[in-house]
Amino acid sequence: MFVLKNLRHAYDGGDVLNIPAWDAESGAHWLVVGPSGSGKTTLLHILAGILRPTAGSVTVAGQDIGALPAAGLDRFRGRHIGIVLQRLHLVTSLTVMNNLLLAQYLAGLAQDKAHVNGLLASLELGDKAGAYPHELSHGQAQRAAVARAVVNQPQLLLADEPTSNLDDQRCWQALELLETQARACGATLVIATHDQRIKSRVSNHYALGDSS
Amino acid sequence: MNLATVSFAYLRARSLTTALNVLLLALGIATITLLLLATDQLEERMQRDARGIDLVVGAKGSPLQIILSAIYHLDVPTGNIPFVQAREIQQHRAVKKTIPLALGDSYRGFRVVGTVHDYVVHYGARAAVGRLWEKPMEVVLGAEVAARTGHTLGANFAGAHGLSEGGQEHETQPYTVVGVLAPSGTVLDRLVLTSVESVWVVHAEHHDIKDVTDIARQMSDDEKEYTALLIQYASPLAAAILPRYINNNSEMQAASPAFETARLFRIIGVGVDVLRGFALVLIFAAGLSVFIALYNALNERRYDLAVMRTLGARPAKLMALMLFEGLLLASLGAVLGLALGHALAQALGGVLKAAQQVEVTGWAWVNDELWLVALALAVGVIAALLPAWRAARTEIAATLARG
Repeated sequence: MFVLKNLRHAYDGGDVLNIPAWDAESGAHWLVVGPSGSGKTTLLHILAGILRPTAGSVTVAGQDIGALPAAGLDRFRGRHIGIVLQRLHLVTSLTVMNNLLLAQYLAGLAQDKAHVNGLLASLELGDKAGAYPHELSHGQAQRAAVARAVVNQPQLLLADEPTSNLDDQRCWQALELLETQARACGATLVIATHDQRIKSRVSNHYALGDSS
Repeated sequence: MNLATVSFAYLRARSLTTALNVLLLALGIATITLLLLATDQLEERMQRDARGIDLVVGAKGSPLQIILSAIYHLDVPTGNIPFVQAREIQQHRAVKKTIPLALGDSYRGFRVVGTVHDYVVHYGARAAVGRLWEKPMEVVLGAEVAARTGHTLGANFAGAHGLSEGGQEHETQPYTVVGVLAPSGTVLDRLVLTSVESVWVVHAEHHDIKDVTDIARQMSDDEKEYTALLIQYASPLAAAILPRYINNNSEMQAASPAFETARLFRIIGVGVDVLRGFALVLIFAAGLSVFIALYNALNERRYDLAVMRTLGARPAKLMALMLFEGLLLASLGAVLGLALGHALAQALGGVLKAAQQVEVTGWAWVNDELWLVALALAVGVIAALLPAWRAARTEIAATLARG
């Protein structure tokens, strides 16, 4: 599904990410683990194609994304990669429905309200389509953010610290949600986390930093 | 869902800022719209009233006053001119046509003008009801005079001495209405027209007039007076001869409508320029305010912009989003401003109408308003340029990594 080769990333401060090789199969679920500052978010950003690595190649769904021009990379990301950010970042002035339609619009895909409604209903957000993000509970907002990430049926679903600051029950619900949705669209799931609780639930680990 | 939906959502989310920016821009646009409408209609109206009149001859005094009193009937005349001297001008070979005017009375603030049928013909007016005057003391009412006084055919009324309301009435010599003119959109609308003889009858020094129909023969030529002569030249060459001939060889004064109205507009123009400058400052302030609003919004929206990039938006899309928002604000301001400007013009028209001055209406369109719309949109786009450029350069990874 995706292949990283001789990947290196250096910040101005000299913080370095170094991944000789990582090959993830299609549909696999992975955890990227490591302490804070070990480069988990950076790795996620490189996988998402929103950050170009200093060196090395990233191939997602058979496409060497380093070879794509900027505009091509944006389109590729919109259509094939879903991202759930740690702070969710729903667009606050748009309704839940419009947040999802925005994802379809910006990816250059047809806007399918029926599909969006079906997706929202499956996530128990059917009655929240017209609600604004500030009217949602944290759980609802997280489901809406996941819905926005999977609405274009991506092949790669990325989540950054989806369970931090959640109590145990909600932690399992969040993980369950991501796994279910990834399975539903056959996407490869990569979760960046430092949450010890979920390590036992996902078998594939990629360790960064000190814990490697 | 498209850029417009997103822009609208953002504008609505900050409705107070949006409303203030739109209002600020609208005030500037409205001021200029009002100026455009008022000056355009005033100029058009003044040109229409002066059309075909090459020269006005009146008693010695201010040429501008002669034009204002004899053509527009706004000012008091400089005095009267002797009938004999006027006749000399009328017979001059450089003169093609003359229309004599005898002023002196008014009725409820509307001027009674003693003249000839040519005056009505000159403005292309015609009687809507009844006929034109034939005998002395028969009058024809302008459309607005008829509407305002409610007088119809056969009505009798006495004129008041002087051109303003409240003068002493000439009760012994009442006028009879024999016709009402159709509205012509000219100065005729607010005049009471009659024969020159009527004015002579009313102002005759000797009060033993036996037969008013025969007044012209009962008076000696030396007693007769006009107030002004409207003159049409026989040839363009007359412009070089006639004014100098009149000014040098008589007690009379020649005034050119074209020259004097141009002078008048130059005087008014200073005030218009000041107002226009003020309005442009308003528009500039509105542009600045839109810029500040969008620039501040960038900070609030940095995550939104980064998220849109992760959803597949190209930098140009974010740029277009900001530009569209500036354009949307400007369009709202332009539309509101134009509407407000036209409403103000209509309101001003109501005030001026009550004062029986020139007519101004909001139900008119000046082509320069298109430039105004273009100006507003340009202000919107320019105000959004820098924010748009910054939005396009959003560092996604760095922004998202911060939280």
